[in-house]
Amino acid sequence: MIAQQVINGLMLGGIYVLIAVAFTLAIGVLNFLNFSIPGTFMVGGMVSWAMIKVGWHWTIAFSAALLCAAFVGLLVYWLTYRPSKNSDPEVPLVSSLGFLVLLENIAIIYLGSDQQSFPQIIADFNMRIGPVVIGGAQLISLVVSLCVVFGLSIFLKKSNAGRRIRAIAENRDTAALLGVNVGALVPQLFVFNALFTALGGILFAISYLQVSPFMGENLGFKGVSAMIIGGMGSIWGAIIGGLLIGLVEVLSIQSLGSDFVNICVYGLLLLLLIIRPEGLLGKPAARDKL
Amino acid sequence: MTGYSLGILVLLSFNVIAAYAVYLPLAAGQLNLGIAGFMVVGAYTASFLTNEFGWPVAGAVASGGAVAAAVALLVAIPILRTHGIYLALATFALGQVIAAVFLNLEVVGGASGYPVTVHIEAMAVIGTAIGVVAFMALLSTTRFALYLTAVKSDPLVSDLMGINIRFIKVAAFTLGAAVAGIGGGLYAHHFNYIEAQYFSVMLSTYTVLYVLLGGTQTVWGPLVGALIFTLMPELLRSSAQWRYALFAIFIILFMAVRPQGLLTTGLGSYLRKRFAREAA
Repeated sequence: MIAQQVINGLMLGGIYVLIAVAFTLAIGVLNFLNFSIPGTFMVGGMVSWAMIKVGWHWTIAFSAALLCAAFVGLLVYWLTYRPSKNSDPEVPLVSSLGFLVLLENIAIIYLGSDQQSFPQIIADFNMRIGPVVIGGAQLISLVVSLCVVFGLSIFLKKSNAGRRIRAIAENRDTAALLGVNVGALVPQLFVFNALFTALGGILFAISYLQVSPFMGENLGFKGVSAMIIGGMGSIWGAIIGGLLIGLVEVLSIQSLGSDFVNICVYGLLLLLLIIRPEGLLGKPAARDKL
Repeated sequence: MTGYSLGILVLLSFNVIAAYAVYLPLAAGQLNLGIAGFMVVGAYTASFLTNEFGWPVAGAVASGGAVAAAVALLVAIPILRTHGIYLALATFALGQVIAAVFLNLEVVGGASGYPVTVHIEAMAVIGTAIGVVAFMALLSTTRFALYLTAVKSDPLVSDLMGINIRFIKVAAFTLGAAVAGIGGGLYAHHFNYIEAQYFSVMLSTYTVLYVLLGGTQTVWGPLVGALIFTLMPELLRSSAQWRYALFAIFIILFMAVRPQGLLTTGLGSYLRKRFAREAA
């Protein structure tokens, strides 16, 4: 029974990992707590659902969702990040929260505020290992999300573009002096980030067969918590944080009931922020973030 | 006064009270994303006192504010060790935890909500809101407001100048929570029903958004922000569905063009000079 719950927790955690990695990239490279990320997560799920509902093939629906998310990412760059580069730290935070509110309400206006059931795309198959049942769709989404995250980590480490991104994270001005085209790379990073989160939204829709305009709010904020718990700016931290939050959530539902999820998850976040604000894997900040 | 405009006025009063609850810590550089949590504490405490013990409303609401302040004081010491974005997220987590705790307290109805028997009239709410504004205006003329600005602008320098920054930070945080608690208590007794789900992250978020829209440099900024947030959707009544979406667009564009908020300290002196020139 416990083994089953641990598996379920890890599956759910896979989704949080994607969101947490998106947050961690934004904060680590751009020093920007991008609260529009829960919004793009929702866009990924809701747009796919809407497109499939009007009868499009799921491949086209997913592409459309990713395209929408990429567009949102660019908008956030143009309207939030660029204008507020030199202003008070809370300004980009507030502006990106504005994007979350906007996306949520646009989804409510056009698609309704109800929770919708997402059509089954991957045939329902379960794997049994002893007493443990593993849902096929969940397994696929966990594998996809971990592959994407590992791919990203290798990309950042080995590729030329990855080196440029890390150079910006290290020191923006020096990177520019050394010939990194910061002005071109940053919007690409925003688009990439949005794609990443939207993929998380799609994977969530596939494995849990439900979407709603509030899915970003519900899951995205847990993704932020995962990022903080793992340590800001650290991809491995985001992975550990995401899986940990998934585990805590499932285990607290199992042992205490679903009403206690928020107490456990956010209690853990609060505790960690007080005891070890830099997160499990984070280094104590040499300079202040924000 | 018609029932409709009275309703709007009450809504405005609640928004104004919430706005100042966010403004006080923000003036000291603390972004509090958990203000709804303190409202929950105030709302449930006050209703519990009137429902179960038959306290008079005024006393109960004041106690609600006091208990919210006590909770804030209790968590302020550990929570204010963090700052910047960590503090924002810690308050966010705190708000979530508090709301979830009340959601599970069966003695106050749990998830099904808590009916409140005693009703207070709209004028009491409006009066309290005016009182809060007056108190804040008064506070802004004292040294305390200067200390807040100093701590926000540069904690290190203000520490060197002999300001007890820990005290100022805790005071701003606690006072903000007290105002939020009073707002929560009034809300409970005006609408005669509370449920913890209402006091969500989004309530805290909207409040922070309109306070920053109004601007935090002057004491009147939150008032203007609350006015815009309450009245703009009413003016756009024809497209009721779009009210929050339009507000969000407004916020995004505003932060891009004028990130310091609508009202700034510079604006006041600019206008004064301008009027003086015209008068001369």
